[in-house]
Amino acid sequence: MSFYWEYQRYKGFDFEEFFSRITEADIERILCKDSLSETDYLCLLSERAEGFLESMAQKAHKLTVQHFGRVIQLYTPIYLSNHCINHCVYCGFAAKNHLPRKKLSLAGVREEARAISAEGLKHVIVLTGESQKESPVSYIKECANVLKQYFSSISIEIYPLEVAEYEELINAGVDALTIYQETYDEELYYQLHPAGPKRNYHYRLDAPERCSQAGIRSINFGALLGLGKWRTDAFFTGLHTNYIQKRHPEVDVAVSLPRIRPQLGGYVPQYVVSDRNLVQYMLAFRLFMPRAGITISTREQAGFRDNLIKLGVTKMSAGSCTAVGGRTSGDEGTGQFEISDQRSVAEMKNMIYSQGYQPVFKDWQLF
Amino acid sequence: MQDVLLVGDEKINSRLFIGTGKFSSNRLIPEVVKASGVQVVTVALRRVDFDSEEENIVNYIPRDCCILMPNTSGARTAEEAVRIARLARAAGCGNWIKIEVIADNKYLLPDNYETIKATEILAGEGFVVLPYMSPDLMVAKKLQEAGAVAVMPLGAPIGTNRGLKTKELIRILIDEISIPVIVDAGIGKPSEAAEAMEMGAAAVLVNTAIATANDPVGMARAFGMAVEAGRMAFLAGPGATIEIAQASSPLTGFLRD
Repeated sequence: MSFYWEYQRYKGFDFEEFFSRITEADIERILCKDSLSETDYLCLLSERAEGFLESMAQKAHKLTVQHFGRVIQLYTPIYLSNHCINHCVYCGFAAKNHLPRKKLSLAGVREEARAISAEGLKHVIVLTGESQKESPVSYIKECANVLKQYFSSISIEIYPLEVAEYEELINAGVDALTIYQETYDEELYYQLHPAGPKRNYHYRLDAPERCSQAGIRSINFGALLGLGKWRTDAFFTGLHTNYIQKRHPEVDVAVSLPRIRPQLGGYVPQYVVSDRNLVQYMLAFRLFMPRAGITISTREQAGFRDNLIKLGVTKMSAGSCTAVGGRTSGDEGTGQFEISDQRSVAEMKNMIYSQGYQPVFKDWQLF
Repeated sequence: MQDVLLVGDEKINSRLFIGTGKFSSNRLIPEVVKASGVQVVTVALRRVDFDSEEENIVNYIPRDCCILMPNTSGARTAEEAVRIARLARAAGCGNWIKIEVIADNKYLLPDNYETIKATEILAGEGFVVLPYMSPDLMVAKKLQEAGAVAVMPLGAPIGTNRGLKTKELIRILIDEISIPVIVDAGIGKPSEAAEAMEMGAAAVLVNTAIATANDPVGMARAFGMAVEAGRMAFLAGPGATIEIAQASSPLTGFLRD
């Protein structure tokens, strides 16, 4: 099995024509339902549904509080290495870009871990570029072995792996995976990834399935918003998430809604995803999958993030830095993209309390 | 005669147990405990941050008047539940353990088979074991045989606030099982908690309905009163309910002798 077959069911499907046929009555009917079909979800992603954002928000808020409580889980990224052999046209780490390349030594990882854990954070996500030479699985495993002395949950956002490789990292203490398909539009995907191993659309698409087979606890899905048409990318992200939830109910699923940020290389997004669009996506997804997590990173601005808390968010990053070793040596121009919310962990914590929510630092531990 | 709930060797006066995972602040926990008179509080070990005085949820549970009941939230197998229970005890969380083995993240329904296995192992190690379960008579009997001190059947899936959807199955457990039957999950309103108590449940555990109320402290008080009222009604022996009014011209009135 592969999610590709689910995706294939919509090959040739005219989304624009479908959206043009949706009426206000359709949306009203969907908003009265307890359980949404994938077609209902698609309807809520339509332009027609934009007129119903407040009703969607009220329902999304209730569902989120009911299933997750008034809590927001906090995490932060650690960039291990920015060496990369891929040529993603939208990424600051792309091989052709001239930026100082850097990789943390294990001592460097320890220093970063100390600096981050001093702020109280317990969940981290480690990121690397793709390079068998600089950041092979064995290196990531060694880093995980250091990190687990400081953190209770280690997530990876790295290049796709084989089942046995995922198993190796899980055995080393990794409990969560984040992998973005970037765009589900296969043709566009090939244009955006002209060379390098990441060009393999299928291998990336099936990574969540392989990682589930390896026994991972949770998987975070996403499309990088701005690369393709957001309504269809949002739809397939939801379908992909639902597909894994059905096939691997033991896996906790979540989505991120990352909007593309300015980065070295100067790629200009083809599509603009407005705040209103992002909110519509978040609400539609929450109504479609009431129990799935929703993550909002520091790609978004402080004020906007604050307002999103009541709309369905369950996880937020705090005190982020996209540079390799950025906590201890500062950003020497090695960052992947510019972040928008520069607030410290303490500031984030106070903001969450002021919204009537509890910031949760620990929600997992290696047993 | 004082009506106390006996769980293992512990005598408990309040038949309302609470969960702690969904409050807007841990500071609400002592207030909720005070308002409702709760004496048993469950905490997910995965959430307990032993490194932080301020963030450690256990520090907000008044241990002088409450029993801490760690739970194995996050366990997908018996083996994981056992490991979590041992860690909880080693970390000073006491001897009680609420077993939750869930491998279904959509509905959060428990895995009864793995739950029995975990109960057997942990009861053997001297834990006071309270397993969360789907209400099933054979499973409840096996849990009892395995050493559980109570069974905790769900009224409806966790967090749904849908009430006592499994009422008929829970009623059978109450009739047939000699250890306490504590209704856990699904109770959304104080009236539903009272209903569970009226039918003879030994206690109820409530989390979502209290923690996500606009006024959690007020709601906790309401649940405390409802549980007490339901228990009193059960002990008083409610009158039989009949479907129709008593006929004034009985059909068997001609039978004189």
